[in-house]
Amino acid sequence: MDSKIFRFEKEPPSPPLRGRGQGEGASPPARDFPPHPSRADAVASAPLKGEREVRYLFERHALTIALAILALALATISFVIGPAQIGISDLFGGLFGDHGTATIIAREIRLPRALLALVVGGALGASGAALQGLFRNPLADPGVTGVTSSAGFGAVIAMYFGFAAINPLILPASAIAGAVATSTILYFLSRAGAERTALILAGAAIASLATAMTALAMSLAPNPYAMSEMIRWMMGSLKDSTLADFELAVVPVVVGVAILWSAARSLDALTLGEEAAQSLGVNVHGVRRRVVIGVALATGAATAAAGAVSFVGLVVPHLLRPFYAYEPARLIIPSALGGAALVTAADIAVRVIAPDGQLLVGVMTAMIGAPFFVWLILRMRREAI
Amino acid sequence: MSALSLSHVRAAYDARMVLDDASAQFLRGKVTGIVGPNGAGKTTLLRVALGLLPHESGDVQVLERSLKDCSREWLARSIAYLPQESAVQWPMLVNRIVALGRLPYGPRDGGAAAIADAMARCDVSQFESRRLNELSAGERARVLLARALATQAPILLVDEPAAHLDPAHQLQLMELLRAEAARGVAVAITLHDLSLASRFCDEIVVLRNGHVAGQGAPEEVLSDAALAQVFGIAAKRLDGNIVPWSRV
Repeated sequence: MDSKIFRFEKEPPSPPLRGRGQGEGASPPARDFPPHPSRADAVASAPLKGEREVRYLFERHALTIALAILALALATISFVIGPAQIGISDLFGGLFGDHGTATIIAREIRLPRALLALVVGGALGASGAALQGLFRNPLADPGVTGVTSSAGFGAVIAMYFGFAAINPLILPASAIAGAVATSTILYFLSRAGAERTALILAGAAIASLATAMTALAMSLAPNPYAMSEMIRWMMGSLKDSTLADFELAVVPVVVGVAILWSAARSLDALTLGEEAAQSLGVNVHGVRRRVVIGVALATGAATAAAGAVSFVGLVVPHLLRPFYAYEPARLIIPSALGGAALVTAADIAVRVIAPDGQLLVGVMTAMIGAPFFVWLILRMRREAI
Repeated sequence: MSALSLSHVRAAYDARMVLDDASAQFLRGKVTGIVGPNGAGKTTLLRVALGLLPHESGDVQVLERSLKDCSREWLARSIAYLPQESAVQWPMLVNRIVALGRLPYGPRDGGAAAIADAMARCDVSQFESRRLNELSAGERARVLLARALATQAPILLVDEPAAHLDPAHQLQLMELLRAEAARGVAVAITLHDLSLASRFCDEIVVLRNGHVAGQGAPEEVLSDAALAQVFGIAAKRLDGNIVPWSRV
């Protein structure tokens, strides 16, 4: 063993550091910054780089297309599953022609439920991805931040105090108003510089308050209702969905997701922090406003139709992020597709596990999502992501 | 003419005055160091110059245009900014992070050459397809500088480039900034380290309680009297460079 503790290896003499005014006039302009040896390697590996780019491009879209196919395939399965024993050919025949009972079941029960699952999941997935990008926080999600609970509160007010009977549009509008209220609070909190833990805690407080207010509103509501109705709003369910539910939800959700998508490019810049993003010409306040409005529209309309389905927006973007090189902008649309697939799968699962319709889809997503949330917190502490 | 100049600028956070009658010039081809004790307004000066914090009175001229008349996009192409807390939330690929520097040029920008050039100058080309969280702190600092350089702005503002870096990386980063100045960029940096300031800066702006106590060459501005008065220290000098030595 060498007795010396430190042994300095002889290095090739490096060019002297150039400080202020030291040979600046005489030396060549710094444009000729000495090339690093690894530049030569980069040239040698050029073909490999091209190959990688092709793979990159393929990966870039292959998974998104696969997610779309998966969501549609699951929707088809969802369409053919149900308590009524009807053959697949009768169902599809009933969808396009008049087959009596089969037509009623296909058009008024199965199709709305399958379509609504796609819309609700898409809304929640895209909202989660956008919120995580905006708040730069992997824990953000419309459920965790209380946006869905507030939307549910808005929906319950409209429903049980008779406003929704005046005009069916009032139901989604009221839910969207509830979602706007909470996302505006989150907007101002984040603007005031709330750290990510503080935002999540504030969201948890808003969520409990909104749930409590929902219970209160139902206790005070003039018309009688079943306890199961309340749970349905709080947990979320796709049971008994109608085509009207779907029609009311689909427009705000599509518009909301489109708004989120329009803000996506700026979300990439926000990963550098707000001031750096602003110095790159990003209108940070404008991005915040767009995300808040997009999330409120999408989540509000989805909740008005299906109640407060939780954790979809948390789980889906997180699972997909590594496949999209951690770029927030690219994550919005895949998260919508992934959310649609997840909610549809959960809705299939509840019908397979409990054909009597006693299991709610929100219970299913919470059973998957809550442990995931805890695991994510532990991982964040370890890796400081 | 100076690329960036502040004249008699007043700025406040809420009601608290943070810059009062501050004037400073930043010249093309020069590295200008902004020094001063904690809370003197160094970062605020940069934020005002970027338009991130509106000034109440006085004038800020960017490339001889008044800041108030500049569009957001033009300003983003004219001034590149590297904030101090340059954490990146998502572990994106290095080349994607550097490419964010081209954002001011819009979605149709063909800035591949600028991105490659910035990465080569900052010696991070070999990390192109790595994720940022796989790199060391010094390598990350260089990637983030490359992001700022990719904008190819004539003015570069850097907040505390030397913080959290080991000495070798501090020197490397200062060299990179000097190289930028040699290319004709007006470089302005805030610094706590007076040794680095006196050694690598052509000009020094000394801030104290929101006032500019002086601007000029390091040997003029960082006199023994000024160091005692502004920083409360006495310094030793090594080849004309300052080594903070004792409190006074």
